[in-house]
Amino acid sequence: MNVRDSGSLPVRIEQDVVLARQLARKLAGECGMRLVDLTKLVTAVSELARNTVVYGGGGDMDWQILDNYGRTGLRLLFRDEGPGIPDINLALTDGWTSGGGLGLGLTGARRLVDEFELDTAPGQGTRVTITRWA
Amino acid sequence: MERIPILQMGEFLLVTIQVDMHDQLALTLQEDLTERISRISARGVLIDISALDMVDSFIGRMIASISGLSRILDAETMVVGMQPAVAITLVELGLTLPGVSTALNVERGMQVLRQRLERT
Repeated sequence: MNVRDSGSLPVRIEQDVVLARQLARKLAGECGMRLVDLTKLVTAVSELARNTVVYGGGGDMDWQILDNYGRTGLRLLFRDEGPGIPDINLALTDGWTSGGGLGLGLTGARRLVDEFELDTAPGQGTRVTITRWA
Repeated sequence: MERIPILQMGEFLLVTIQVDMHDQLALTLQEDLTERISRISARGVLIDISALDMVDSFIGRMIASISGLSRILDAETMVVGMQPAVAITLVELGLTLPGVSTALNVERGMQVLRQRLERT
């Protein structure tokens, strides 16, 4: 697997969620993603970037455009140094929320991408990696 | 402060969302709209989201709550113009917007609102 291009975007305040969506849309377009796939990816980015700001206290979105035997994809890592998630299974349950939301952010984002990885522990921050192939 | 304009057309209010909304802007719209419905005794609200290329759980929740709030204030809300890719994504996300009336475009939405108003 080849990394064709990569970069990083700070995700600190609410307005950065909009910037993260816009960047993801541009990158997904460069990957040649179909409109439906692109829309799913951008929606997942919105959910995860919001989590980074609201629950993680801000962080970064690292991105990579990947080439894998003729397939192109976009991999995004949302990382923060926040309080982490004490119970991963609970956090990945539909409808569960620690804030005032619907509890669809993490679970919804997982359904919208091809690959989803959650790495977190109490006091260790949270790292969510998603990949969508074009 | 940045705001989404609300147009009045007789007993109806029309909102066309044309910007990529951050969360605070969505909340402000919800408050502004509720206030306007009550102030002019609106009977219907049309929210045109045809320019939105993404609806996430936050915006979805805002749409559902505007719809619920307007019903309490005796107004019907109609969400119009959702793009097919957005609809597919919303359902996969787990948001089916129960209780929210939808129409394909502003014209059809207006028609449905008028019909409902005549019946009452």
